[in-house]
Amino acid sequence: MSQTRQSKKVIPGFGLTMGITMSYVGFFVLIPMISMALQAAQLSFKEIVQVATDARVLSSYKVSFGCSFLAAAINVVFGTILAWVLVRYRFPGRRLIDGLIELPFALPTAVAGIALTSLTTDKGWIGQPLSHLGISVAYTKVGIVTALTFITLPFMVRSVQPVLEQLSPDYEEAGRTLGAGSFTIFRKIVLPELKPAVMTGFSLALARGLGEYGSVIFIAGNKPFQTEIAPLMIVTRLEEFLYGQATAVAMFMLFASFMIMFMVNRLQIRAARFVEN
Amino acid sequence: MFKRIFTMLSVTALLTVFTATARADQELTNVSYDPTRELYEAYNTAFQKYWQETKKEKVTVVQSHGGSAKQARSVIEGNEADVVTLALAIDITAVEEAGLIQKGWQKKLPNNSSPYTSTIVFLVRKGNPKKIIDWGDLAREGVGVITPNPKTSGGARWNYLAAWAWGDKEYSHDETKVLAYIKKVFDNVLVLDSGARGSTNTFVQNGQGDVLLAWENEAYLSLAERPGEFEIVTPPTSILAEPPVAIVDTYVDKKGTRELATEYLKYLYSDEGQRIAGQHYYRPSNPEIIKEFTKYFDLNLKLITIDDPLLGGWETAQKKHFSDGGVFDRIYTK
Repeated sequence: MSQTRQSKKVIPGFGLTMGITMSYVGFFVLIPMISMALQAAQLSFKEIVQVATDARVLSSYKVSFGCSFLAAAINVVFGTILAWVLVRYRFPGRRLIDGLIELPFALPTAVAGIALTSLTTDKGWIGQPLSHLGISVAYTKVGIVTALTFITLPFMVRSVQPVLEQLSPDYEEAGRTLGAGSFTIFRKIVLPELKPAVMTGFSLALARGLGEYGSVIFIAGNKPFQTEIAPLMIVTRLEEFLYGQATAVAMFMLFASFMIMFMVNRLQIRAARFVEN
Repeated sequence: MFKRIFTMLSVTALLTVFTATARADQELTNVSYDPTRELYEAYNTAFQKYWQETKKEKVTVVQSHGGSAKQARSVIEGNEADVVTLALAIDITAVEEAGLIQKGWQKKLPNNSSPYTSTIVFLVRKGNPKKIIDWGDLAREGVGVITPNPKTSGGARWNYLAAWAWGDKEYSHDETKVLAYIKKVFDNVLVLDSGARGSTNTFVQNGQGDVLLAWENEAYLSLAERPGEFEIVTPPTSILAEPPVAIVDTYVDKKGTRELATEYLKYLYSDEGQRIAGQHYYRPSNPEIIKEFTKYFDLNLKLITIDDPLLGGWETAQKKHFSDGGVFDRIYTK
């Protein structure tokens, strides 16, 4: 008993830190949320539902969620491979590549959007050869996924990297000496360790993708019912000075995102438990 | 070493204080929209010189550019602009409705408070391979049209209304046919950018589409930037775009800059101000000065105004076409 009390005292000022935590969360998360809810309260509940479930808005949710999901999924595979290579192998230029991973964070998203668009139109360096194969990237959903994959790459790599660094190759060798094949080692040793980190990366990437406006707006083409993203529906309403309606759409997005994050979190807890056992 | 740093720091501090006091009473903030960047850069220099000569005072002009509605919103939300020079009267009306500008602002200066006007023209690729000469051609099959979204871009509303006015005449006021025409035009739209500069970029840099619906001044800028690649087609009829200017009463009274702001806007109507507008491809409102620029401006072009009974002024047009569930939204219902 006395031991737990002792260990609590190791970190001093529980009252102080908790107080800071509460005000911090309150100031940066809760107050903006409440003001948002108040904005939406200009409309009746029926109006909110009507605005948020309009056919065109619904199709924009589909585009946003679909493309963000796909981009995050692509990064689960390639982001993890990237992290693996960066942690496990030593090769010239490794530090440079490691630094490049952060570039999507540092670059203004509009710049990324414009650059990716001019590369991938049917006149661009990458877009031209692809267009001969009948693939168009810019101004289609493929373009949206491309932009989101670029923007969300650092989330995946940086989530997985520290876990891989902790994961000693000794375990894999032990598995091998006990006669396990490569696939079994990957499935039974590496994957369970990685799972929680991959999920964190996935949910961060997904969340970032859902909110991304700056880069997507240039590459999407923004055609209603085809490549119109949900954040654009919000901005459109703001431009018309319809704050209540804009917030209604935003609230729906927020709610849906929260549900997804909550579910991912649950899965993550289960995965973590599996590791402990 | 420390001494040097200290001196440096104090000099910097002193300078900051100096410039701050020198600026404090003679600073003017002009909140404008996107394509006026070059125009106001030149105009501000001219105005500063004029003010120095007549009042013996230095004035600094702080310029801000962005989408017209976004800029109006920033002023409403507390960006203390002395003057607003926006793309649409309705955006200034929004500032008025927030209580920052007195009612009747549009009658305070000549020409509906629009010192310069513009119109909508077609920018096509060299040689006009798709033979686009009038609004009807935009609805033809196989013509790729580039225009920003009227919901998010002030300029695009002029594009849309000009097409609507043409359709109304062509189909003798039969609204179902006009709507069908507009629908065809927007089915031909390849990329619906959120702002005018975005569309210009899509057409000029990324080589998308056959025709860009553009402000006359933007079209000439693209022409000057990349000579030999494009041509301007002026359709027989178009719309008179009047980008208005106004003083933000609440803020000039708070800052004591009313006289300066008034002169700043009035000087836009002076011969020099009008010439600067013309040099930047805006149509001067002074009928004598526009004659100096007939090289650029087709003066025989028939221009419909927003106050024409067909469109019924900004408020009516806005409500009918661009409000939520309005005509423009109906184009895109499945």
